[in-house]
Amino acid sequence: MQKFSAFELFKQGLNGQAGWKPQWRSPEPKAAYDAVIIGGGGHGLGAAYYLAKQHGMRNIAVLEKGWLGGGNTGRNTTIIRSNYLFDESAGLYDHSVKLWEGLSQELNYNVMFSQRGVMMLAHTVHDVQVFKRHVHANRANGVDNEWLSPEEAKAYCPPLNISDNMRYPVLGAALQRRGGTARHDAVAWGYARAADDLGVDIIENCEVTGIRRNAAGAVEAVETTKGLIRTPKIGVSAAGHTSVVLGMAGVRLPLESYPLQALVSEPIKPVFPCVVMSNTIHAYISQSDKGELVIGAGTDIYTSYTQRGGLHISQHTLEAICELFPAFRRMRMLRNWGGIVDVTPDRSPIVAKTPVPGLYVNCGWGTGGFKATPGAAHTLAWTIAKDEPHPINAPFTIERFRDGHLIDEAAAAAVAH
Amino acid sequence: MSAPFRTDAGGQIDRRKSLTFTFDGRTFQGVEGDTLASALLANGVHLMGRSFKYHRPRGVLGAGSEEPNALVSVRRDKARVTPNLRATQVELYDGLVAQSQNRWPSLNFDMGAVTSLLSPFIPAGFYYKTFMWPRKAWDHLYEPAIRAAAGLGDAPTEADPDRYLNRFAHCEVLVIGAGPAGLAAALAASKSGQRVMLVDEQAQFGGSLLAVTDALIDGKPAQVWLDETLATLAANPKVTMICRANAFGYFAHNMIGITERLSEHQAHPDAGAPRERLWQVRAREVVLATGAIERPLVFPDNDRPGVLLADAARIYLNRYGVKPGKRVVVATGHDEAYRAALDMHRAGVEIAAIVDARPYPRGPLVEAAKAAGLTVREGYAITGTIGELRVNGAYIAPIIAAGQVGQTETLSCDGVLMSGGFTPSVHLFSQSRGKVVWDETLETYLPGQSAEAERSAGACRGRFGLAQALADGFAAGADAARHPVTHSFAVEAVEGDPKGVVGALPHNRGQGAKAFIDWQNDVTTKDLKLAVREGFQSIEHIKRYTTTGMATDQGKTSNLNALGVISDALHRPIPQIGLTTFRMPYTPVTFGVLAGMARGDLFDPIRTTPIHDWAVEQGAVFEDVSLWKRARFFPQGREDMEAAVRRECLSVRKDCGIFDASTLGKIEVVGPDAAEFMNRMYINAWTKLGVGKCRYGILCREDGFVTDDGVVGRIAHDRFHVTTTTGGAARVLGMMEDYLQTEWPELNVWLTSTTEQWAVIALQGPKARTILEGLVEGIDLSPEALSHMSLTEGKICGVPTRLFRVSFSGELGFEINVPAEHGRKVWEAIWAAGQPHGLTPYGTETMHVLRAEKGFIIIGQETDGTATPDDVGLTWAVGKAKPDYVGKRSLARPAMADPARKQLVGLLTQDPAVVLDEGAQIIVTRGQKPPMKLMGHVTSSYHSAVMGRSIALAMVSGGRARRGETLHVPMPEGDIAVTVTSPVFYDPEGARVNG
Ligand SMILES: Cc1cc2nc3c(=O)[nH]c(=O)nc-3n(C[C@H](O)[C@H](O)[C@H](O)COP(=O)(O)OP(=O)(O)OC[C@H]3O[C@@H](n4cnc5c(N)ncnc54)[C@H](O)[C@@H]3O)c2cc1C
Repeated sequence: MQKFSAFELFKQGLNGQAGWKPQWRSPEPKAAYDAVIIGGGGHGLGAAYYLAKQHGMRNIAVLEKGWLGGGNTGRNTTIIRSNYLFDESAGLYDHSVKLWEGLSQELNYNVMFSQRGVMMLAHTVHDVQVFKRHVHANRANGVDNEWLSPEEAKAYCPPLNISDNMRYPVLGAALQRRGGTARHDAVAWGYARAADDLGVDIIENCEVTGIRRNAAGAVEAVETTKGLIRTPKIGVSAAGHTSVVLGMAGVRLPLESYPLQALVSEPIKPVFPCVVMSNTIHAYISQSDKGELVIGAGTDIYTSYTQRGGLHISQHTLEAICELFPAFRRMRMLRNWGGIVDVTPDRSPIVAKTPVPGLYVNCGWGTGGFKATPGAAHTLAWTIAKDEPHPINAPFTIERFRDGHLIDEAAAAAVAH
Repeated sequence: MSAPFRTDAGGQIDRRKSLTFTFDGRTFQGVEGDTLASALLANGVHLMGRSFKYHRPRGVLGAGSEEPNALVSVRRDKARVTPNLRATQVELYDGLVAQSQNRWPSLNFDMGAVTSLLSPFIPAGFYYKTFMWPRKAWDHLYEPAIRAAAGLGDAPTEADPDRYLNRFAHCEVLVIGAGPAGLAAALAASKSGQRVMLVDEQAQFGGSLLAVTDALIDGKPAQVWLDETLATLAANPKVTMICRANAFGYFAHNMIGITERLSEHQAHPDAGAPRERLWQVRAREVVLATGAIERPLVFPDNDRPGVLLADAARIYLNRYGVKPGKRVVVATGHDEAYRAALDMHRAGVEIAAIVDARPYPRGPLVEAAKAAGLTVREGYAITGTIGELRVNGAYIAPIIAAGQVGQTETLSCDGVLMSGGFTPSVHLFSQSRGKVVWDETLETYLPGQSAEAERSAGACRGRFGLAQALADGFAAGADAARHPVTHSFAVEAVEGDPKGVVGALPHNRGQGAKAFIDWQNDVTTKDLKLAVREGFQSIEHIKRYTTTGMATDQGKTSNLNALGVISDALHRPIPQIGLTTFRMPYTPVTFGVLAGMARGDLFDPIRTTPIHDWAVEQGAVFEDVSLWKRARFFPQGREDMEAAVRRECLSVRKDCGIFDASTLGKIEVVGPDAAEFMNRMYINAWTKLGVGKCRYGILCREDGFVTDDGVVGRIAHDRFHVTTTTGGAARVLGMMEDYLQTEWPELNVWLTSTTEQWAVIALQGPKARTILEGLVEGIDLSPEALSHMSLTEGKICGVPTRLFRVSFSGELGFEINVPAEHGRKVWEAIWAAGQPHGLTPYGTETMHVLRAEKGFIIIGQETDGTATPDDVGLTWAVGKAKPDYVGKRSLARPAMADPARKQLVGLLTQDPAVVLDEGAQIIVTRGQKPPMKLMGHVTSSYHSAVMGRSIALAMVSGGRARRGETLHVPMPEGDIAVTVTSPVFYDPEGARVNG
């Protein structure tokens, strides 16, 4: 792999940057692979990378129907945190945060992981109780999360309105300092480049249209727009389209797909030092390295596969932002877009084997799976390679919806992202 | 007239009305009708901004919303500062204060420009390749530095005092764009007598007509035709015309979002005048007449101040009476630049040469230029410019073979007018989900198959030229209105060939040359080629890697040229490369106008009870519970919450307390199948509940977890008075309706929300009956007649009441429901009657403590959406004989019977003075280090005055079997030992409800 470094940039600079090679090849698919990953988002590309790197599986491919990272990976607002309530979630998300902390170096690709801190605002007595419960549980789990008074919250984020003239004044905040943001495209590209370097075939514009199973019911091939590809193992990381893909193997999952919107402002000089989320009044915000305010909220209310939502959702989101940061009222929305997120009944993911031998699934990340990219990819790769889950993802089965071992983060806090 | 570049006559400005304004502190004069850009140009100022990455000095490029360079901050007062406005769209007013951006210390001398020197080493995407070592330096060094360099203007720092409005509208035909095509469309549609709306982003209607000087329409000069047409439309009461209106978004089912600027252009808006208005227009049919945007030429140093689009220059001249310079080079690949050259020539601007990249340009405009004696260099490319803060010369060279040029010549000039042709504005069409198709002849994308009831007309679908646009627009308007009118416009105008050039011009300026594609984001041809070399092939990848098209102009001038360069680099035709998705908004939209009136008290409706004002008068402190304001406690004197709650609690236990329970949700469930419906919804059994009796109902979700609770009274055989939690009312009603309408449509039941119809006064305490006795009529309050958990109807203080004998405090208690309008009167009567008996008002905090002393749960506090009825000790409530109820199946899952499930218990700290933190965790063995083995958490914790110590409720794994065990609550300061107890702390026998 051509190494990325300041020195190399300098050297290439003397030469008009002419010596750079493609970051990954664009191979035609082979007739057969030892494993195939469906979905070239961060999760799928990461899984391929860890399969090759840690499990020695190099004759594998990632099949992406469009362009790498063009799904939710390239559409998300990149909030990363691990202050989830339940031990199982804290385990999975904190595993991810730890991987994030070394990811740029591991991949030799600057994914711009920025630990700016994620602050969640409490506006009601109930919020205060819920967040304090998180703070206590996180501390006991070894996950950083601290309680701030409104004044401390304002000191951490100066544009914040903590006055009483708000409809729901800020009563305090929970702050995870290790939380933050990362550059979404770089995550997809970084994993792609590193996986490609280990021999993984990354095949774009290749949509999977069918899954073939043998007489014993196990998977044996995928049908794609680039032809039939044989493989004994399939890992599905198709986010909002997981139901469609698993349907090809006759597996039904308890997933609903909703549009989720986000928007950015025009770029401005640095004014916003962290990530702020307010669940009660429904909005969250951070500022990108480029200077844009990156803003989002909850999903649209109707299930849909169209990557766009209603204007009223943006309106509600901006109502909340303007209420929290009244100086931003004169800022302007530059771009608005949507992605399709796959939501489970307990708002926790599924990273597991399926009832079909050789078929593995990683889905249900809903509105908050970017932060889990390295952890999900890492545990999915493990599950595929060993045909059994890693202890960290073991609780995130499909069967939990049948037997009731739910991990209900939404009910506990109703916080997404 | 002091402005040196202003013409003597002509245009849409009023030279008699002089306006004073400042730019970066310097004072200038403009005139009425100017934009900030035209006024600065009139004063000879081209340098208006600095670019994003290299901080290159930049002049204005365009004349409208496509402008990438001239971004300024406009400041009205301390709180009214708006960054990143395009000078081309800022209407001048007297006293306007504008500032340039992204430069330090000044626009002329910007330290940031050193990045320009580093440019060989910081190509597109450089930040992905470096800043990784040492790891920690990213947070503290690299990222802050990148951030400080990025961004454009400064965000406002004060709360915006302006107001924004919102309006919904419907029409049969909405025409977007009021150039010739849009005007003709509106004219045709308006003849049908239907509702027509015409919107345009500019301050004046007319679009390109505003700069036409030489054409005749139906025998009249274009300006006269425009005035007459506008007058005709304005006179039609069914026509609504909105200018300064940005149609920014095309939403599903022909809903168009439009923002209208109301007062920004005024020097002294009325106090309180709204700044902008959001229109949400639902149109039966839409006509898109959004025109086309001129394409720059791509050549080295095409970004110097003084280089502008040819048609923009013509607009400045003809509409604003401003000359772009004294001597200009016209560089082109398109006929329209000849029109600009001719107009300039007529106005006395010297044309150094027309440099046309096409080998054999022909046609009436070309001939006219030649006839006027202008020098035309055919088959020549402009290969560069000279100058720093203003262009002072241009290089040109003959194109000798594909991609190659011959000997360079230098032309001196103070301006370069360039044109690569026009790109149709398909933004809204694409937003509507219509498919664009590549047109080989015009070399551009045009609207293809529509997805909505919409049609494009005029230049935005490649029908260039005045005659074509008018005809196309008229036909589109008639079609949209489904009204068979026709009109053939007689147009006299000189029109050229619509085809232009796409991509980069050849040059011989070597590797260091920068030919800009995306001005604002400083993306050059080299950046695009680098992305291709690094393997990025999808246009979406190239866009993201290089940031081309991602600036505040969203690629209006750059998209097609970028495609051209990528097409060359990949050796693939443009249609095989694709096009990035157009996203809303077309041009940026103020946050405030989307947020509208929703601020402060209007952010969310405030719900108050009929007794609210009384509580305010008593000095109550309130809390927000969903939309409601609820009295939390009633401090006396200088009491804090703790003291007030202690006193309130004791009063209830000793004498009596009065509590406003009006916020509880209330649903009247009525019908022959009401009991069956209740059986299916709630976990309890209802069939045998007698009329006049109450029961504590528990509602689960489908997943078997408790979601709501409340007392339910049976008013009649077919009528239940259901209460819900305050926050749950709407959710429960929605859930009931959902089941009734989709699962059990056969049940004959009506559901009516009665939350706001009843005021509910809770009277709790040993003296409750005594206080009430004198106030009721026709009601026997004796324990025999009205036992605990029963209800009766009658009158209190002369008004009808549903009187429940229920208790959420463990004391003798009544809940008096009266029609809301009588709530306060009855409350005050009870209050007066209670005075001799020590009656005390109490709030939600005391209510919480009292119920915790009795071990009663609060939904959302003991339960969190993961607790089954059994978990919170409510198995007794389950109607065991019922065939089914919501959640029953889920409760049969194996995990629901797991003995390790968290169960409701009481906790007593070994030190009675220690009040545990709510949310604190529970462990079995003390002294653990993270990650600890967590067994549960504290759900409620208070100081209990009546118990004289702290109490807590908790959910603990296998908790009921742990009674008597010592567990630990790990806190940062150390573990706190607690004993597991029954959740009922006070009056475990339940004797006190009997009074
Ligand atoms: C607007 C928005 C904001 C968000 N904000 C956050 C946030 O702040 N923090 C956070 O942690 N998470 C956030 N998320 C969620 C996060 O984006 C996702 O959970 C995460 O990126 C999922 O990654 P993925 O790789 O699984 O999915 P994706 O990136 O969507 O990858 C799935 C890929 O599968 C491909 N695919 C689908 N079907 C097929 C097929 N048949 N054949 C081949 N390929 C196929 C798709 O094209 C796609 O590229 C947000 C999501 C959205 C939409």
